[in-house]
Amino acid sequence: MNRPQNNRAWLGVLPVLLIVAFSAVIPLMTVVNYSVQDIFDVNTRLFVGFDWYRETLRDPRFLDALLRQLGFSALVLAIELPLGILVARAIPREGRWVGLILVLLAIPLLIPWNVVGTIWQLFARPDIGLFGQLVNGLGIEFNYTAEPLHAWVTLIMMDVWHWTSLVALLAFSGLTAIPAACYQAAVMDGAGSWQVFRHVELPRLTAVLVIAVLLRLMDSFMIYTEPFVLTGGGPGNSTTFLSQYLTSMAVGQFDLGPAAAFSVLYFLAVLLLCWLFYTSVIASDGERG
Amino acid sequence: MSWMAWTLPTALFFLAIGTSLVAMTLWSLISPAPARRGLLPMETTRGDRFFITLLSSAFVHVGWLAATDASVLWASGLSLALAFVLMRWG
Repeated sequence: MNRPQNNRAWLGVLPVLLIVAFSAVIPLMTVVNYSVQDIFDVNTRLFVGFDWYRETLRDPRFLDALLRQLGFSALVLAIELPLGILVARAIPREGRWVGLILVLLAIPLLIPWNVVGTIWQLFARPDIGLFGQLVNGLGIEFNYTAEPLHAWVTLIMMDVWHWTSLVALLAFSGLTAIPAACYQAAVMDGAGSWQVFRHVELPRLTAVLVIAVLLRLMDSFMIYTEPFVLTGGGPGNSTTFLSQYLTSMAVGQFDLGPAAAFSVLYFLAVLLLCWLFYTSVIASDGERG
Repeated sequence: MSWMAWTLPTALFFLAIGTSLVAMTLWSLISPAPARRGLLPMETTRGDRFFITLLSSAFVHVGWLAATDASVLWASGLSLALAFVLMRWG
Protein backbone atom coordinates (compact mmCIF):
# COMPACT_ATOMS: atom_id res chain seq x y z
CA MET A 1 0.00 0.00 0.00
CA ASN A 2 1.21 3.50 -0.83
CA ARG A 3 2.10 5.55 2.23
CA PRO A 4 1.60 9.33 2.17
CA GLN A 5 4.85 11.14 1.46
CA ASN A 6 6.31 13.13 4.35
CA ASN A 7 7.12 16.54 2.92
CA ARG A 8 8.64 18.08 6.08
CA ALA A 9 12.15 17.39 4.77
CA TRP A 10 11.55 20.07 2.15
CA LEU A 11 12.01 22.66 4.94
CA GLY A 12 15.69 21.65 4.93
CA VAL A 13 16.11 22.94 1.39
CA LEU A 14 14.81 26.41 2.22
CA PRO A 15 18.33 28.01 2.03
CA VAL A 16 18.75 26.59 -1.48
CA LEU A 17 15.34 27.93 -2.41
CA LEU A 18 16.41 31.39 -1.30
CA ILE A 19 19.55 31.26 -3.45
CA VAL A 20 17.55 29.96 -6.42
CA ALA A 21 15.00 32.71 -5.85
CA PHE A 22 17.67 35.40 -6.23
CA SER A 23 19.55 33.74 -9.09
CA ALA A 24 16.65 32.38 -11.13
CA VAL A 25 13.12 33.14 -9.95
CA ILE A 26 13.44 36.92 -9.62
CA PRO A 27 15.19 37.30 -13.02
CA LEU A 28 12.52 35.04 -14.56
CA MET A 29 9.74 37.15 -13.04
CA THR A 30 11.43 40.25 -14.46
CA VAL A 31 11.53 38.65 -17.91
CA VAL A 32 7.80 37.87 -17.65
CA ASN A 33 7.16 41.49 -16.62
CA TYR A 34 9.16 42.73 -19.62
CA SER A 35 7.33 40.36 -21.97
CA VAL A 36 4.02 42.19 -21.57
CA GLN A 37 5.43 45.69 -22.00
CA ASP A 38 7.06 47.85 -24.61
CA ILE A 39 10.18 49.01 -22.77
CA PHE A 40 11.69 52.31 -23.86
CA ASP A 41 13.73 52.86 -20.70
CA VAL A 42 13.38 52.03 -16.99
CA ASN A 43 10.76 54.71 -16.44
CA THR A 44 9.06 54.72 -19.84
CA ARG A 45 7.14 51.57 -20.61
CA LEU A 46 3.79 50.68 -22.11
CA PHE A 47 1.62 47.67 -21.21
CA VAL A 48 0.88 45.67 -24.39
CA GLY A 49 -0.63 42.45 -22.96
CA PHE A 50 0.13 39.35 -25.02
CA ASP A 51 1.05 41.25 -28.20
CA TRP A 52 4.71 40.26 -28.14
CA TYR A 53 3.76 36.60 -27.67
CA ARG A 54 1.40 36.76 -30.68
CA GLU A 55 4.07 38.51 -32.72
CA THR A 56 6.77 36.01 -31.77
CA LEU A 57 4.59 32.93 -32.30
CA ARG A 58 3.68 34.17 -35.80
CA ASP A 59 7.17 35.40 -36.71
CA PRO A 60 8.44 33.28 -39.66
CA ARG A 61 12.04 33.74 -38.49
CA PHE A 62 11.14 32.35 -35.05
CA LEU A 63 9.31 29.40 -36.59
CA ASP A 64 12.21 28.75 -39.01
CA ALA A 65 14.70 28.88 -36.11
CA LEU A 66 12.48 26.49 -34.12
CA LEU A 67 12.30 24.05 -37.05
CA ARG A 68 16.07 24.25 -37.53
CA GLN A 69 16.53 23.67 -33.81
CA LEU A 70 14.27 20.60 -33.82
CA GLY A 71 15.98 19.29 -36.97
CA PHE A 72 19.41 19.80 -35.44
CA SER A 73 18.42 18.01 -32.20
CA ALA A 74 16.84 15.11 -34.12
CA LEU A 75 19.90 14.71 -36.37
CA VAL A 76 22.51 14.79 -33.60
CA LEU A 77 20.47 12.34 -31.52
CA ALA A 78 20.01 10.00 -34.49
CA ILE A 79 23.78 9.91 -35.00
CA GLU A 80 25.19 10.22 -31.47
CA LEU A 81 23.02 7.58 -29.82
CA PRO A 82 23.81 4.56 -32.06
CA LEU A 83 27.42 5.71 -32.50
CA GLY A 84 27.87 6.11 -28.74
CA ILE A 85 26.49 2.61 -28.13
CA LEU A 86 28.75 1.21 -30.86
CA VAL A 87 31.81 2.85 -29.29
CA ALA A 88 30.81 1.68 -25.80
CA ARG A 89 30.44 -1.91 -27.04
CA ALA A 90 33.90 -1.73 -28.63
CA ILE A 91 35.61 -0.71 -25.37
CA PRO A 92 37.09 -3.68 -23.50
CA ARG A 93 35.42 -4.21 -20.12
CA GLU A 94 38.66 -4.92 -18.31
CA GLY A 95 42.40 -4.64 -18.86
CA ARG A 96 45.01 -1.96 -18.49
CA TRP A 97 43.88 0.02 -21.53
CA VAL A 98 40.36 0.66 -20.26
CA GLY A 99 41.34 3.67 -18.13
CA LEU A 100 43.34 5.24 -20.96
CA ILE A 101 40.47 4.74 -23.45
CA LEU A 102 37.98 6.33 -21.06
CA VAL A 103 40.25 9.33 -20.48
CA LEU A 104 40.75 9.77 -24.24
CA LEU A 105 37.00 9.56 -24.76
CA ALA A 106 36.38 12.18 -22.10
CA ILE A 107 38.76 14.75 -23.64
CA PRO A 108 36.23 16.35 -26.07
CA LEU A 109 33.85 16.83 -23.15
CA LEU A 110 36.46 18.88 -21.27
CA ILE A 111 37.09 21.38 -24.06
CA PRO A 112 35.27 24.72 -23.64
CA TRP A 113 32.48 25.20 -26.16
CA ASN A 114 33.95 28.30 -27.80
CA VAL A 115 37.26 26.45 -28.27
CA VAL A 116 35.38 23.57 -29.93
CA GLY A 117 33.86 26.10 -32.35
CA THR A 118 37.28 27.57 -33.09
CA ILE A 119 38.88 24.14 -33.59
CA TRP A 120 36.23 23.20 -36.16
CA GLN A 121 36.32 26.62 -37.79
CA LEU A 122 40.01 26.01 -38.56
CA PHE A 123 39.62 22.28 -39.23
CA ALA A 124 36.88 22.83 -41.85
CA ARG A 125 38.39 25.82 -43.64
CA PRO A 126 38.72 25.01 -47.34
CA ASP A 127 42.07 26.80 -47.67
CA ILE A 128 44.08 25.66 -44.63
CA GLY A 129 41.82 23.21 -42.74
CA LEU A 130 42.57 19.49 -42.81
CA PHE A 131 38.93 18.52 -43.31
CA GLY A 132 38.20 21.26 -45.85
CA GLN A 133 41.30 20.33 -47.85
CA LEU A 134 40.41 16.64 -47.71
CA VAL A 135 36.89 17.19 -49.05
CA ASN A 136 38.20 19.54 -51.74
CA GLY A 137 40.75 16.88 -52.63
CA LEU A 138 37.85 14.48 -53.29
CA GLY A 139 36.62 16.86 -55.96
CA ILE A 140 33.81 18.42 -53.90
CA GLU A 141 34.02 22.17 -53.67
CA PHE A 142 33.57 22.48 -49.92
CA ASN A 143 32.93 25.86 -48.33
CA TYR A 144 30.96 25.93 -45.10
CA THR A 145 30.82 29.72 -45.04
CA ALA A 146 28.98 29.91 -48.37
CA GLU A 147 26.95 26.68 -48.67
CA PRO A 148 24.16 26.00 -46.13
CA LEU A 149 24.46 22.21 -46.60
CA HIS A 150 28.20 22.33 -45.94
CA ALA A 151 27.62 24.50 -42.86
CA TRP A 152 25.09 21.97 -41.53
CA VAL A 153 27.41 19.02 -42.23
CA THR A 154 30.23 20.78 -40.37
CA LEU A 155 27.96 21.69 -37.46
CA ILE A 156 26.61 18.16 -37.12
CA MET A 157 30.10 16.68 -37.33
CA MET A 158 31.32 19.12 -34.69
CA ASP A 159 28.51 18.21 -32.31
CA VAL A 160 28.99 14.49 -32.93
CA TRP A 161 32.72 14.89 -32.24
CA HIS A 162 32.02 16.90 -29.09
CA TRP A 163 29.24 14.86 -27.51
CA THR A 164 29.27 11.24 -28.72
CA SER A 165 31.74 10.53 -25.91
CA LEU A 166 29.07 11.39 -23.36
CA VAL A 167 26.69 8.80 -24.80
CA ALA A 168 29.54 6.29 -25.07
CA LEU A 169 30.62 6.80 -21.45
CA LEU A 170 27.05 6.51 -20.18
CA ALA A 171 26.42 3.39 -22.28
CA PHE A 172 29.73 1.90 -21.12
CA SER A 173 28.76 2.44 -17.48
CA GLY A 174 25.49 0.62 -18.21
CA LEU A 175 27.26 -2.23 -19.99
CA THR A 176 29.73 -2.79 -17.13
CA ALA A 177 26.77 -3.20 -14.75
CA ILE A 178 25.42 -6.21 -16.67
CA PRO A 179 26.31 -9.43 -14.81
CA ALA A 180 28.62 -11.84 -16.66
CA ALA A 181 26.07 -14.61 -16.03
CA CYS A 182 23.68 -12.95 -18.51
CA TYR A 183 26.31 -13.18 -21.27
CA GLN A 184 27.17 -16.77 -20.31
CA ALA A 185 23.49 -17.76 -20.52
CA ALA A 186 23.21 -16.07 -23.94
CA VAL A 187 26.31 -17.92 -25.22
CA MET A 188 24.89 -21.23 -23.98
CA ASP A 189 21.70 -20.47 -25.91
CA GLY A 190 23.78 -19.87 -29.04
CA ALA A 191 23.00 -16.16 -29.30
CA GLY A 192 24.97 -14.12 -31.83
CA SER A 193 26.38 -10.63 -31.28
CA TRP A 194 23.20 -8.87 -32.49
CA GLN A 195 20.95 -11.10 -30.36
CA VAL A 196 23.14 -10.46 -27.29
CA PHE A 197 22.81 -6.75 -27.90
CA ARG A 198 19.08 -6.86 -28.63
CA HIS A 199 17.98 -9.18 -25.82
CA VAL A 200 20.67 -8.91 -23.13
CA GLU A 201 22.26 -5.47 -23.35
CA LEU A 202 19.61 -3.11 -24.74
CA PRO A 203 16.92 -3.84 -22.10
CA ARG A 204 19.49 -3.24 -19.35
CA LEU A 205 20.75 -0.04 -20.97
CA THR A 206 17.32 1.61 -21.10
CA ALA A 207 17.80 3.74 -17.98
CA VAL A 208 21.20 5.18 -18.99
CA LEU A 209 20.05 5.65 -22.58
CA VAL A 210 17.03 7.64 -21.37
CA ILE A 211 19.42 9.90 -19.48
CA ALA A 212 21.72 10.15 -22.52
CA VAL A 213 18.85 10.98 -24.89
CA LEU A 214 17.37 13.63 -22.67
CA LEU A 215 20.70 15.22 -21.73
CA ARG A 216 21.63 15.50 -25.39
CA LEU A 217 18.14 16.62 -26.37
CA MET A 218 18.07 19.45 -23.83
CA ASP A 219 21.65 20.48 -24.51
CA SER A 220 21.30 20.46 -28.30
CA PHE A 221 18.04 22.37 -27.95
CA MET A 222 19.87 25.16 -26.13
CA ILE A 223 23.03 25.16 -28.27
CA TYR A 224 24.54 28.61 -28.80
CA THR A 225 28.29 28.96 -28.54
CA GLU A 226 29.58 26.40 -31.05
CA PRO A 227 27.41 27.47 -34.03
CA PHE A 228 27.95 31.12 -33.12
CA VAL A 229 31.73 30.67 -33.30
CA LEU A 230 31.70 28.29 -36.28
CA THR A 231 29.19 29.86 -38.68
CA GLY A 232 27.77 32.91 -36.89
CA GLY A 233 24.33 31.62 -37.87
CA GLY A 234 25.07 31.71 -41.59
CA PRO A 235 25.29 31.48 -44.47
CA GLY A 236 22.19 33.70 -44.41
CA ASN A 237 20.19 32.37 -41.50
CA SER A 238 20.69 28.71 -42.38
CA THR A 239 22.31 27.80 -39.05
CA THR A 240 20.61 30.38 -36.84
CA PHE A 241 19.09 28.48 -33.94
CA LEU A 242 16.68 29.74 -31.29
CA SER A 243 19.28 30.94 -28.80
CA GLN A 244 21.17 32.88 -31.45
CA TYR A 245 18.06 34.54 -32.82
CA LEU A 246 17.05 35.43 -29.26
CA THR A 247 20.46 36.96 -28.55
CA SER A 248 20.40 39.04 -31.72
CA MET A 249 16.93 40.28 -30.76
CA ALA A 250 17.78 41.14 -27.14
CA VAL A 251 21.37 42.35 -27.39
CA GLY A 252 21.72 43.30 -31.05
CA GLN A 253 18.42 45.07 -31.66
CA PHE A 254 17.64 45.82 -27.98
CA ASP A 255 14.00 44.71 -28.51
CA LEU A 256 13.51 43.87 -24.85
CA GLY A 257 9.75 43.20 -24.93
CA PRO A 258 9.73 40.75 -27.87
CA ALA A 259 12.98 39.18 -26.64
CA ALA A 260 11.41 38.64 -23.21
CA ALA A 261 8.34 36.97 -24.76
CA PHE A 262 10.69 34.81 -26.87
CA SER A 263 12.63 33.91 -23.68
CA VAL A 264 9.46 32.86 -21.86
CA LEU A 265 8.42 30.64 -24.79
CA TYR A 266 11.93 29.16 -24.98
CA PHE A 267 11.89 28.60 -21.20
CA LEU A 268 8.54 26.78 -21.47
CA ALA A 269 9.93 24.47 -24.17
CA VAL A 270 13.01 23.68 -22.07
CA LEU A 271 10.85 23.23 -18.96
CA LEU A 272 8.74 20.70 -20.88
CA LEU A 273 11.88 18.81 -21.88
CA CYS A 274 13.15 18.88 -18.28
CA TRP A 275 9.84 17.54 -17.04
CA LEU A 276 9.89 14.75 -19.64
CA PHE A 277 13.45 13.99 -18.54
CA TYR A 278 12.49 13.84 -14.87
CA THR A 279 9.37 11.75 -15.53
CA SER A 280 11.25 9.28 -17.75
CA VAL A 281 14.03 8.82 -15.20
CA ILE A 282 11.53 8.29 -12.37
CA ALA A 283 9.54 5.84 -14.54
CA SER A 284 12.65 3.84 -15.50
CA ASP A 285 13.75 3.78 -11.84
CA GLY A 286 10.30 2.45 -10.94
CA GLU A 287 10.52 -0.29 -13.59
CA ARG A 288 13.88 -1.41 -12.19
CA GLY A 289 12.29 -1.55 -8.75
CA MET B 1 11.87 47.05 -7.25
CA SER B 2 11.24 49.41 -10.16
CA TRP B 3 13.94 47.64 -12.20
CA MET B 4 11.66 44.59 -12.24
CA ALA B 5 9.13 46.64 -14.26
CA TRP B 6 6.09 45.32 -12.40
CA THR B 7 2.60 45.62 -13.84
CA LEU B 8 -0.65 44.89 -12.02
CA PRO B 9 -1.60 41.85 -14.19
CA THR B 10 1.84 40.21 -13.80
CA ALA B 11 1.86 40.97 -10.06
CA LEU B 12 -1.55 39.32 -9.71
CA PHE B 13 -0.38 36.37 -11.82
CA PHE B 14 2.68 35.73 -9.64
CA LEU B 15 0.66 36.32 -6.49
CA ALA B 16 -1.80 33.65 -7.64
CA ILE B 17 1.04 31.20 -8.39
CA GLY B 18 2.74 31.93 -5.06
CA THR B 19 -0.49 31.62 -3.10
CA SER B 20 -1.28 28.33 -4.85
CA LEU B 21 2.16 26.94 -3.99
CA VAL B 22 1.81 27.95 -0.33
CA ALA B 23 -1.73 26.52 -0.21
CA MET B 24 -0.59 23.24 -1.82
CA THR B 25 2.29 22.98 0.69
CA LEU B 26 -0.02 23.59 3.66
CA TRP B 27 -2.59 21.14 2.26
CA SER B 28 0.14 18.53 1.89
CA LEU B 29 1.35 19.09 5.48
CA ILE B 30 -2.15 19.02 6.96
CA SER B 31 -3.52 16.21 4.84
CA PRO B 32 -0.78 14.23 3.07
CA ALA B 33 -2.00 12.17 0.11
CA PRO B 34 -0.34 9.15 -1.47
CA ALA B 35 0.72 9.07 -5.11
CA ARG B 36 -1.92 7.52 -7.35
CA ARG B 37 -2.57 6.60 -10.96
CA GLY B 38 -5.50 8.20 -12.77
CA LEU B 39 -5.97 9.51 -16.30
CA LEU B 40 -2.27 10.33 -16.64
CA PRO B 41 -0.02 7.47 -17.79
CA MET B 42 2.12 7.53 -14.63
CA GLU B 43 1.72 7.61 -10.88
CA THR B 44 1.45 11.22 -9.65
CA THR B 45 1.32 13.06 -6.36
CA ARG B 46 -0.92 16.08 -5.83
CA GLY B 47 2.09 18.36 -6.44
CA ASP B 48 2.96 16.54 -9.69
CA ARG B 49 -0.59 17.05 -10.94
CA PHE B 50 -0.43 20.72 -9.99
CA PHE B 51 2.83 21.17 -11.89
CA ILE B 52 1.41 19.33 -14.93
CA THR B 53 -1.64 21.58 -14.70
CA LEU B 54 0.48 24.75 -14.71
CA LEU B 55 2.62 23.54 -17.61
CA SER B 56 -0.44 22.41 -19.61
CA SER B 57 -2.16 25.73 -18.98
CA ALA B 58 0.90 27.59 -20.25
CA PHE B 59 0.89 25.56 -23.46
CA VAL B 60 -2.88 26.00 -23.90
CA HIS B 61 -2.30 29.77 -23.79
CA VAL B 62 0.68 29.54 -26.16
CA GLY B 63 -1.37 27.48 -28.63
CA TRP B 64 -4.27 29.91 -28.35
CA LEU B 65 -2.07 32.95 -28.98
CA ALA B 66 -0.45 31.24 -31.96
CA ALA B 67 -3.74 30.13 -33.50
CA THR B 68 -6.28 32.90 -33.00
CA ASP B 69 -6.82 36.59 -32.25
CA ALA B 70 -9.85 35.80 -30.06
CA SER B 71 -9.72 36.86 -26.41
CA VAL B 72 -7.16 34.95 -24.36
CA LEU B 73 -9.78 34.60 -21.61
CA TRP B 74 -11.16 31.64 -23.57
CA ALA B 75 -7.78 29.95 -23.19
CA SER B 76 -7.84 30.76 -19.47
CA GLY B 77 -11.30 29.18 -19.17
CA LEU B 78 -10.10 26.11 -21.05
CA SER B 79 -7.08 25.92 -18.74
CA LEU B 80 -9.29 26.09 -15.65
CA ALA B 81 -11.42 23.22 -16.97
CA LEU B 82 -8.23 21.26 -17.75
CA ALA B 83 -6.92 22.04 -14.25
CA PHE B 84 -10.09 20.65 -12.70
CA VAL B 85 -9.90 17.44 -14.76
CA LEU B 86 -6.17 16.92 -14.06
CA MET B 87 -6.40 17.62 -10.32
CA ARG B 88 -9.55 15.53 -9.86
CA TRP B 89 -8.97 12.57 -12.17
CA GLY B 90 -5.37 12.93 -13.37
